[in-house]
Amino acid sequence: MGQIKLNKVTKSFGDVAVIPPLDLTIEDGEFTVFVGPSGCGKSTLLRLIAGLEDVSSGHVEIDGVDATDVPPAKRGLAMVFQSYALYPHMSVRKNIAFPMKMAGVTADEQNRRISAAAEALNLTDYLDRRPGQLSGGQRQRVAIGRAIVREPGAFLFDEPLSNLDAALRVGMRLEISELHERLKTTMIYVTHDQVEAMTMADKIVVLRAGLIEQVGSPLELYHTPCNEFVAGFIGSPRMNLIKGAEAAKHNAATIGIRPEHTAVSMTEGLWKGVVGVAEHLGSDTFLHVHGVPGCDPMTVRVDGELPVRHGDTIWMTPQADKLHRFDAEGLRID
Amino acid sequence: MATQHSRSAARIMMAPAVILLLGWMLVPLTMTLYFSFKRYLPLRGGDLGWVGFENYIRFISSSSFWPSVMTTLTIVGGVLAITVVLGVFLALLLNQPMWGRGFVRILVIAPFFVMPTVSALVWKNMFMDPNYGLLAHLWEFFGATPVEWLSQASLTSIVMIVSWQWLPFATLILLTAIQSLDSEQLEAAEMDGAPATKRFAYITLPHLGRAITVVILIQTIFLLSIFAEIFVTTGGAFGTKTLTYLIFQRVLESQNVGLGSAGGVYAIILANIVAIFLMRIVGKNLDT
Repeated sequence: MGQIKLNKVTKSFGDVAVIPPLDLTIEDGEFTVFVGPSGCGKSTLLRLIAGLEDVSSGHVEIDGVDATDVPPAKRGLAMVFQSYALYPHMSVRKNIAFPMKMAGVTADEQNRRISAAAEALNLTDYLDRRPGQLSGGQRQRVAIGRAIVREPGAFLFDEPLSNLDAALRVGMRLEISELHERLKTTMIYVTHDQVEAMTMADKIVVLRAGLIEQVGSPLELYHTPCNEFVAGFIGSPRMNLIKGAEAAKHNAATIGIRPEHTAVSMTEGLWKGVVGVAEHLGSDTFLHVHGVPGCDPMTVRVDGELPVRHGDTIWMTPQADKLHRFDAEGLRID
Repeated sequence: MATQHSRSAARIMMAPAVILLLGWMLVPLTMTLYFSFKRYLPLRGGDLGWVGFENYIRFISSSSFWPSVMTTLTIVGGVLAITVVLGVFLALLLNQPMWGRGFVRILVIAPFFVMPTVSALVWKNMFMDPNYGLLAHLWEFFGATPVEWLSQASLTSIVMIVSWQWLPFATLILLTAIQSLDSEQLEAAEMDGAPATKRFAYITLPHLGRAITVVILIQTIFLLSIFAEIFVTTGGAFGTKTLTYLIFQRVLESQNVGLGSAGGVYAIILANIVAIFLMRIVGKNLDT
C-alpha cells in the first residue's frame, strides 16, 4: 500500500510550464522529501499527487493503478497543510473525527482511533478544545492526527513546520520521523529547508524550476552531488565553489569543497586568507575568510576552541579526496 | 491611553459627539413619552390636557393593532428568510471565477442604491401592474390570468419588493465572508472525503455564521420600520398595515398625536422583544 509513480507528468498554468515532463517513483514505506528553493514546483508536485491540481499531461499511478482522474478523496492519501487547515468551529475531537465521519466509520471505531491518535500525539487533554485555543505545535499535531486516523496509503506533508518557531521545529521533526518509524507508511514531505530534508528523508528529491536535479539518499547527495546546484543546496553551511585558476589546476571549471573538509593552520597551507566574520557556535566556529582567489568569502569550519579573530590571517588546505569537480555546464566530473 | 491625564483628555474630546448623539436620541424619546400621555389633536383644539394611560388602552384595543403587529413580523421574517438564503446562494455564485465577475458584482449591488420610494414605484408600475406590468405580460404569454399583485397577494408583493432591495446588502456581506474562508480548509475537507454539499454544510456555512448574524441583526433594525414601500404601493390597504404604518395613520390621517405617540412606545417595546429573541437565537455567533 503506498507506491506512487509519476509517469511523464507535466503541469502548466496557462502558458507557464511549471513542471516539464517528470518521472519519479516513490516506493512503498519510503520517507521521501521534495526539497528546492521557493517557486521550484515542489508544492505543485505534491498537489498533483494529492489530486488537488489536475495534471496537464502524463499519469499518476498509485499502487500500480492509474489514479490520474481519481478525485482526491478516493486516492487514499492524507495531507497535512502548511496552515494546518483545521476546521476552526469544530473541537479537536470533531476535527480528527471528520474524515472518518465522511467515510461512514462507526462511532465506536471512531472513538477507538481518536483515543489512539490522541495518545500517540499527546492530545488527550485537548480533545474538547477548539483549534483557536491551541498553540502552533498542538495545532500541527491535530492536523497530523486528522491524517493518521484515516489510515491512508501515504501521507503528504506540505511544508508542515514552516510556521513553527525553531525549537518546536526540531521537536516536531523528531516526532514525524518517529511516526514514520512506527507506521511504516509512505510519506512525502515538501520543504525548502535542506536541514529537514537531510535529517528526515530516506530519499531526497532535489528540484529546481520543476526539474528533478538529483534523487538519492541524504548521504549520497552530500558525498556525490551530481551538479553545482545540488552541491550548493545540500549541506550547511553551503559548499565553497571556487572558479578560475585554482579550478583549472584540477582540470575543472569549478571545484567545490565543504567548510568541514578544509584544514586550517595559522602558519602554512594552500590558500591564504583574512578572517572576516567568525560565527562562534561553541562546538564549532565558522569563519568567513576573504582573499582566496575565485571564492570570496570562503567558509571554513574550525574547532570551537581555536583562538581566531576578525582580521587574523590564516592558511587553509582542502582534503584532496573531498574535493568535488564540475565542468563548464556545472555537471560533476568523476 | 494609560495615564490619568490622557484618559480625561480622551473623555473631553469624545464628549461633543456623545452629548450630540444622546440629545438626538433623548429629545424625540422624551417628546414621544410626553405626548403619549396627552390628548393632543392639532386641528381640533390642540393640547387638551393630560389623560393618563387612555391613549395606550385605545391603541392596543383597536382592531388594527394585533393584525399590524403580525404584518410587521411577517414582513421582517419573510424578508430575512429570503435575503439570507438567496444571499448565501448568490454569494457562492459570485465567488466563482468567471468572465466579467467585477461587472456582475456591481450589477448585483445596484438595487441597494435605489431609493425605497423609487424602487417600490418601479415594482408597482413596471412589474406588478395587472394591465401593463411585465409580470402581467409574462402570465398572459403562458395563457394565465394576470395576478393583481398588490391587492390579491399584497403581503407577498411587499415582501418581494423589500427582499429585492435588501438582497444586495446580504449578498455583499456574505460574499466578503466567503472570500475570507481559507481555501486550504476546503481542500483539506476535499482530501478528507467530503463532497461539495458536505463541504458547504460543514465548512462554508459555519464559517458564514457570524456574517449571517450581522445580516439578520442589521436588517431587522431597518425592516421593523419600513414605510415608504407600503405608502407608495398599497397605502396600508389589503392587510399590509404594519405597526409603523398604523402609527403614521393615527398621527397624520386621524390627526391624533397622543394616540400615535402611544403607538410609538409600543413599537419600541416590540423592537426590543424582537431584539431579545434574535440575540438569544443568533447572538452567540458573535462571541469567540
